[in-house]
Amino acid sequence: MSSLASPEKVWWKPLCRDERLWVAVALAWSLFMFFGMLGWGAIGNQHLPVETYRVNIGEFRQLTNDFNQKYTVGTQNGVPVVRPPEGGDVYLLASAWKWSSILELKEGVAYRIHLSSADFQHGFSLQPTNLNFQILPEYDYVVTLTPDKAGEYQVVCNEFCGPGHNLMVGKIIVTE
Amino acid sequence: MNITQESAFRTCSVTGLRVHLPAQKLIITNAVAAVVFLLIGGILALLIALTRWEVVQLLPADLYYRFLSVHGTVMLVFWIVFFEVAGLYFGGTVLLNARLLRPGLGWFAFVLMLAGAVMSTLVTFAGGADIMFTAYVPLKAHPLFYLGVILFAVGALLAVGLFLATVIVAKKEKRYTGSVPLVTYGLIAAAIIAVFTLVSGAIVFVPAFLWSLGIISSFDPGAYRVLFWAFGHPAQQINLSAMVAVWYALATLTTGAKPVNEKLSRFAFLLYILFINLGSVHHLMVDPALSQANRIFNTSYFFYLAVLGSLIHAYSIPAGVEVAQRAKGYAKGLFQWLVKAPWKEPGFAALAVSFVIFGFIGGTSGVIQGMQVNMIAHNTLRIPGHFHATVVGGTTLAFMGLAYYLIPLMTRRQLVGKAWASAQPYIYGVGVTMLSLGMLWSGILGVPRRTYDIAASSAGVAAPAYAGSDVTLAIMGVGAVIAVIGGAIFVGIAVLTLLTGKKMK
Repeated sequence: MSSLASPEKVWWKPLCRDERLWVAVALAWSLFMFFGMLGWGAIGNQHLPVETYRVNIGEFRQLTNDFNQKYTVGTQNGVPVVRPPEGGDVYLLASAWKWSSILELKEGVAYRIHLSSADFQHGFSLQPTNLNFQILPEYDYVVTLTPDKAGEYQVVCNEFCGPGHNLMVGKIIVTE
Repeated sequence: MNITQESAFRTCSVTGLRVHLPAQKLIITNAVAAVVFLLIGGILALLIALTRWEVVQLLPADLYYRFLSVHGTVMLVFWIVFFEVAGLYFGGTVLLNARLLRPGLGWFAFVLMLAGAVMSTLVTFAGGADIMFTAYVPLKAHPLFYLGVILFAVGALLAVGLFLATVIVAKKEKRYTGSVPLVTYGLIAAAIIAVFTLVSGAIVFVPAFLWSLGIISSFDPGAYRVLFWAFGHPAQQINLSAMVAVWYALATLTTGAKPVNEKLSRFAFLLYILFINLGSVHHLMVDPALSQANRIFNTSYFFYLAVLGSLIHAYSIPAGVEVAQRAKGYAKGLFQWLVKAPWKEPGFAALAVSFVIFGFIGGTSGVIQGMQVNMIAHNTLRIPGHFHATVVGGTTLAFMGLAYYLIPLMTRRQLVGKAWASAQPYIYGVGVTMLSLGMLWSGILGVPRRTYDIAASSAGVAAPAYAGSDVTLAIMGVGAVIAVIGGAIFVGIAVLTLLTGKKMK
């Protein structure tokens, strides 16, 4: 008998003690990890509350333009700096290869951040916190986010979106 | 010539195995195609790794993205699947003492696969598909890119069908008695997963092809992702199942190990077939649209039962080796069997290194970051760090180890440079380990994958510092160079054996 030849006629033999023990431990560990997946959400607050809506690209662009116009407080290198009302809806549109605004948020306040794309798939990677989301065109992805520490954060696109992809860096400023 | 005739067989003077000559030709041809694509992918690997190593930054941005696109498809699909087809024909004929049912169909499948692979590779090199392995819509490639992938998938599906038919007919013709060998069983599991995978590939690439031609006007990016990952990740599960089958084969070839419990090992393969493809949903963990419950359930591989399958193999394979070694008299203490293992035998070295890299770096990182901590891992370098440990350190190295036996057996030529072959798995293993750990550490620091330059930015916003990434990216770069040297040694041995190896009877 070998792994390269047909086994003897009756090969379904009971497991020995060591095998039973190993399988039992491995199974217990598998189940522990599964319930861990639920647990991180319940205890560790690991799963962000997210909602998704269908949206037309033009519609989302309009919402973003209106939002920018209403709440822009300045510009940095030609990019509008937008300070939304506390706890309000925030629209951030990704397009090759820029973000629609630099956001100025307040520490400890929950915002509904709407993410969408005007063209390709993009990634929303908040650094240095290292939180990552996938952004798709025609999907309005609403992430409820409460900044918990003042400072400057970068928003890096981490989904390949064409030759200028690596230049696509935005910013979120969190004030006290 | 009647291919069922005895004259179509030869008996190997070393192993006593009976080899069906038409099958042998197909095995060699598919393996040669595999090695050619490995060579192309390996050269590109060196170039792109030396670009991601920021202080070197070898290539300009456009070539980096282009070569990365070719590297992904050539390595993840063409090299591995060509080799797997060779492995399937081997497991379906030589191990079963059987004939390949329809060699003509095998050649037709090969031509389709080769035409498709060459087409999509050339189109990408020519700049027609700078869209990465994932080809996420709405990024659009030249229609011939999609057509190439479709042709390859159809050819591979025919090859898988031919293998399954060969196994069934071998049973009917009583070429073997009782059940199939464990290695063939594992390959059948891989073939079943391959059917699901390749059909999914057709379901996603056919509409993408039509969309690129303008026949259909849009392709929902969310739907594309679901469909693509029903192809993209299961393709790696074919590799997993085939690799584990190869591990069992290498354990037997190098130490005489027998499966300690056929029932348990076969049950573990069954767990793969039933549950492993669910895990693909982990690619969509931070996507819009899918519900939390869907994600949690699916990404856990159905209560992690597919992981249980891997843990069973993780026990069975070393246990088989230990039992065989102890029977040889290496029974002193707990570990004499391991110390006295044939570490200089290329196949055992490949088995051991592949087993350790896959298990301790690849498998664990996959389970942890694919599911548990996905939100802080998604699209960072942690992801390629994971799959270079599984597909390169695990599958590719295991296949290289098998090739050291398959090539002499099939070509009847002595392996050239056995001493090089003995060292190769260690060199390759050190390289891939550094490469993977460098990527994993970089990703933990937040460094994104698939990006040309992490220090650049356009909007006047300074890019993040990723403090420490200069060191972790250097580890990745040096590891890549060592791994490519190890890969080159393998390709050199394979090519020289094929062309200049001393003829055996």
